[in-house]
Amino acid sequence: MGLSRLRPLAAITAALALVLAGCGGAKVGDTSSSASGGASSASCGTFNLAVNPWVGYEADAAVVAYLAKTKLGCDVKEQNITEQVSWQGFASGQVDAILENWGHPDLKTQYIDNEKVAQDAGSDGLQGVIGWYVPPWMAQQYPDITDWHNLNKYAQLFKTSESGDQGQLLDGDPSYVTNDAALVKNLNLNYKVVQGGSETALIQSFRSAQQNKTALLAYFYSPQWFFNEVPLVKVNLPPYTPGCDSDPQKVACDYPPYALDKIVSTKFTDSHSPAYTLVKNFSWTNEEQNEVARSIAVDKLSDDAAAKKFLDAHPELVSKWLAGTGKS
Amino acid sequence: MAAPTHEAVQDTTGAAEPVISVRSLWKVFGSRAARIPATPELAGKSRREVMDQTGCVVAVKDVSFDVAPGEVFVVMGLSGSGKSTLVRCLTRLIEPTTGQVVFEGQDILAADARRLRELRRSKFSMVFQHFGLLPHRRVIDNVAYGLEIRGVNRSERTERARAVIELVGLSGYEKSYPDQLSGGMQQRVGLARALAGDPDVLLFDEPFSALDPLIRRDMQSEVIRLHNEVGKTMVFITHDLSEALKLGDRILIMRDGEMVQLGTGDELVGAPADDYVRDFVRDVPRADVLTLKWIMRPPRAGDDLDGPELGPDVVVREATRMVLAAEKPVKVVRDGVLLGIVGDEEILAIVAGD
Amino acid sequence: MAAISLPHRLTGRLNRRGTVVLIVVAWIALFAAFRGRATLGLAASDVTSLHTSLNHLNTAVGADRNSNPVFLYFFNEIQVGTSQLVTMFQSLISQPAGDRPLPLIGWLGVVAIVTFVSWVWGNWRVALLALGGFVFIGLQGLWQEAMDTLALTLAAVLVALVIGIPLGVWTGVSRRATKIITPILDFMQTMPTFVYLAPLTLLFLIGPAAATIATLIYAMPPVIRLTAHGISSVPAETLEAAASLGSTRWQALRKVMVPMAKRTIVIGVNQTIMAALSMVTIAALVAAPGLGQTVVQALESLDVGTAFNAGLAIVVMAVVLDRVTTAASVRVETANRAPSRFGPKLRRPLIAAGAVITVFAIYLSYTYLYAAQFPDVVDIGTPIKQFAASVTGWVQTELAPITAAVKNFVTDFGINPLQTLLDTSPWWVTFAAIVGIALVVGGRAAALTAAACLGLIIGTGLWQDSMGTLAATLVATVLVMILGLVFGVWLGRSDRADRILRPVLDAAQVMPPFVYLVPFIALFAATRFTGVIAAVVYAAPVAVKIVADGIRGVPAASVEAATSAGSSTWQIITKVQLPMSARTIALATNQGLIYVLAMVVVGGLVGGGALGYDVVAGFSQLSLFGKGLAAGVAIVLLGIALDRITQAAARRETTGA
Repeated sequence: MGLSRLRPLAAITAALALVLAGCGGAKVGDTSSSASGGASSASCGTFNLAVNPWVGYEADAAVVAYLAKTKLGCDVKEQNITEQVSWQGFASGQVDAILENWGHPDLKTQYIDNEKVAQDAGSDGLQGVIGWYVPPWMAQQYPDITDWHNLNKYAQLFKTSESGDQGQLLDGDPSYVTNDAALVKNLNLNYKVVQGGSETALIQSFRSAQQNKTALLAYFYSPQWFFNEVPLVKVNLPPYTPGCDSDPQKVACDYPPYALDKIVSTKFTDSHSPAYTLVKNFSWTNEEQNEVARSIAVDKLSDDAAAKKFLDAHPELVSKWLAGTGKS
Repeated sequence: MAAPTHEAVQDTTGAAEPVISVRSLWKVFGSRAARIPATPELAGKSRREVMDQTGCVVAVKDVSFDVAPGEVFVVMGLSGSGKSTLVRCLTRLIEPTTGQVVFEGQDILAADARRLRELRRSKFSMVFQHFGLLPHRRVIDNVAYGLEIRGVNRSERTERARAVIELVGLSGYEKSYPDQLSGGMQQRVGLARALAGDPDVLLFDEPFSALDPLIRRDMQSEVIRLHNEVGKTMVFITHDLSEALKLGDRILIMRDGEMVQLGTGDELVGAPADDYVRDFVRDVPRADVLTLKWIMRPPRAGDDLDGPELGPDVVVREATRMVLAAEKPVKVVRDGVLLGIVGDEEILAIVAGD
Repeated sequence: MAAISLPHRLTGRLNRRGTVVLIVVAWIALFAAFRGRATLGLAASDVTSLHTSLNHLNTAVGADRNSNPVFLYFFNEIQVGTSQLVTMFQSLISQPAGDRPLPLIGWLGVVAIVTFVSWVWGNWRVALLALGGFVFIGLQGLWQEAMDTLALTLAAVLVALVIGIPLGVWTGVSRRATKIITPILDFMQTMPTFVYLAPLTLLFLIGPAAATIATLIYAMPPVIRLTAHGISSVPAETLEAAASLGSTRWQALRKVMVPMAKRTIVIGVNQTIMAALSMVTIAALVAAPGLGQTVVQALESLDVGTAFNAGLAIVVMAVVLDRVTTAASVRVETANRAPSRFGPKLRRPLIAAGAVITVFAIYLSYTYLYAAQFPDVVDIGTPIKQFAASVTGWVQTELAPITAAVKNFVTDFGINPLQTLLDTSPWWVTFAAIVGIALVVGGRAAALTAAACLGLIIGTGLWQDSMGTLAATLVATVLVMILGLVFGVWLGRSDRADRILRPVLDAAQVMPPFVYLVPFIALFAATRFTGVIAAVVYAAPVAVKIVADGIRGVPAASVEAATSAGSSTWQIITKVQLPMSARTIALATNQGLIYVLAMVVVGGLVGGGALGYDVVAGFSQLSLFGKGLAAGVAIVLLGIALDRITQAAARRETTGA
């Protein structure tokens, strides 16, 4: 009897306590954290930023999102999706901007020229290189491995349980731009492409390969902060000539140099949001991106902390990117 | 065994307009079932033969009978005899293949869905073997279900339900749920539900088979009491011969879908139509069923004719003591006319179990 | 009689086994002779004309999207409507609404609502569990993401119930509907969810709409099936009684069938909610908001801690929702009679009081910041992340030789030989062998289905990849069945083991597979073995539970008879319990196989290769879109063939043919 009486009593006491304690305290709306000026939040609104799965892009997104949130009062929604899926988001309004586009002439034709839901927003200042790399110890021990003609000679070195009798060529995320499978076939290389799954997997594999002096041939790219930690050596495939990669099944040449650019949705352009201006102005160098990327990947800073650290040290970039938005 | 006198095997109907009139009712399961009754050659074959030949199952074969108003009409048979199918055909829970079912002058088989529903709601209702109660409703709501779907408003149907609950002896249990009641009580709820709509005919499908023997006896008495009190016509299905004899005014014995014998209890026991019925009634204590008219003998020269008098429809058991105690043989008299004599030998022959 | 028929059954089974062995031997012989020829291989970058035409379909649909009437009035409408539904839920609990920087109902309001509803529908125990669970999620630092997930799940479940319950009622009532709908439901449930993501984005673009519809496809079948089951389980006599009293069909449905099926329907709702939650991580691949995004991101950066933290939040939410709906199903049945703790008289005012408190809490969370945004005071998330990361790190370093040995063993003696046999034999040899085994094990219908499916797989142009996936699936299924038998027998025989292990199994089933994919990659690198082992972890709990049920279903009398005859434990298990639960074990194999197939595909994300990779690549590379679709179809065909064969084999176990 005592115990069962206790329970409703406890409930009522708790309720009273709630009532007394509840009233009072900061209200929603007067210290709304995101707005640093009521007027600007209305004019910026929501900013849907695609974030593709490599740390370089994450660095791009970190600085842009930080500025959009703190200086422009935007409600930044980051969509963690892969490259091609991002383009699909233009039509539905899921995605407003892609900050780092690697070529994709076919997507440009479909979404910019045909469907007209997207537009090119200019270069982001980064120079992209994709290629096949080996850890430095291999370049030292087998100097001729940098010439692709010798790859078949060394195929057995790269054998793993996943590649069977052939040498292994390790790729990254399945969504990355890659011609590797066609290249292996068309150059008659005794190799098999194996998916590592992610950028992190590639970095970890290279790190342990260099540390333990094991063989590794893998897809890699710059801008990439990891080169500062382990100076990977590129394997030279047949040089790129314009048009040699137009048919994805017949590619037999190295990757082209990529002038990375930004893509925005038509809706976003027409909205004249200050975020659009920010994206249009955004551009930096490979080294600058590596700096932020290293903060995120190695120093394990949060995106915002890494962005803040970088931007505090580079006020000139801040003013360059915010030019025309009316903020500083 | 004295041969029954000519009066005994009369069909007692014809006195009043029958409540239910069934003519040539057939129910065949299977593809193109209608051809079985339509084809004389197939119609004449046994159930087994029809099954082998056509793959169809003849559940009810050419059954005809009348049910008089206020009568308790029992359909009896073992499992597979078609009795359950028959009773369901009467209300079209199962659609008959051919035949005629006339209820108070209306052909049921011709009724459309709406008319049939009206008939079901007001003219006849059924009590089921496994009760068929709604477990999520209280007793009172179960009983009132038939009235509810008819559109009777809440207060009226609650009042009527209460009255019927009292009639079946369940007062005080209105708010209980079916799973809180014993089997016998649940069947009383089923009974109350059937009575709530004040139907003209009550149909019972082996209602007490699922109950314990003692409860069964109580429920049988209950049905008799109800019948005496409200006087409804009842069609009762059972496989228990003693139950049939106890409750039924007339009994129809079925086998493999066909009618075997239709008559009163004493007719079945006294004059079984064939070996099947004879075998069926073999274990019945004949003294409890047969009446004096079945055992009397014609008066002979030398009979002392001033003994006590009894009517021909007195059950033997009741007459036994009197016959044995009397020094002279008992006269069987109806309306002043002497029909026969019953002496010690006749009584002893029955009691000793010939 | 039994003595005569038993040897017949036994020889039947022996004949079957002998024939299968013969087929395999012949296969190996032919493989040795003709290896490498006519393997129908397709290089990773190659596409067939079928794939190219599917690519053209993709571009055509994209171009037509805003002009084609089918899209304008049908698909786009659905997409917009669904998005708005999700956005509405989100603005209620997780995302800024209008010009408010915070959602309408803050954390205090949500917690109050959840606790109150749990108490009303369930009992005070689950209410406390709900309260504790949701507060825990907030303390993990994942409140906003969890609310996003909850909003998406609620939207999907709402639509699933609105469509599913009436559909289930119709199926329960009409036999014809059952015949039409059951195969569709089978299809919806056996198709790995990964497969229909790409086609869905074709129709509905990416975002909450596609995510909701993908979840819907997976989550609707349980409620339909269970509703149909509940309706059709109403005793025939009760229905006769209702009909004999003159009910119309509608009255019988409303007053008799649905109320009597209520308990089963609520169980269906429970299953639907569980299924919807399990889709959370896959939905993130099409930009669904919520905890799924956290997990997918963690997969990219191989961050075990974050993945585990988010996965734990999903598990907690699933457990809370599961217990609340289960308690609701119990209450539905017994509520009216069993007096509540305080007697029925007291319950109404208590509910009223609770409602008042809840409304007050909602008001507080609407107005005051501390009640709207989950306070940062205590952070459970970081310690959890660190714990998970350190455990994985420890296993990685200390157990490296063991993990490497296991991986190599399974790969060298399981995956590689089987895969070599399957995909380097000439295609006609493999085709004949599989159809032959299907015929012997499952019967004619199963063999025909297998032949048809294999033929269509050849049509997709992905024969060799399909064989690769088949090899991984078979290896994983064997491992699953070993675990299932060992643990299933143990759990079936020991009640105590069951009590302890069952919650572990339940948690394992609810934990999103992506979450344990992360530590597996850390341990085993991106290999086919990782895909296999992830599939094993995903499918084993189901197999264990089914086998345990089968063992427990063996009549106690038989076990007693064997014991009193002096059998040892091993003899009882092998001679009595296992043979008598043969049908259940066959069913466990069937279910295990379907689950394995679903996960083996996800393995394509992490080095699994074969069809899984094709689907993933098709999803992420425009030029491979058609190939990805074809790979999805091939996976479905494999699933159908394997499902039919194992189901037929299971059926034969009972008839002993």
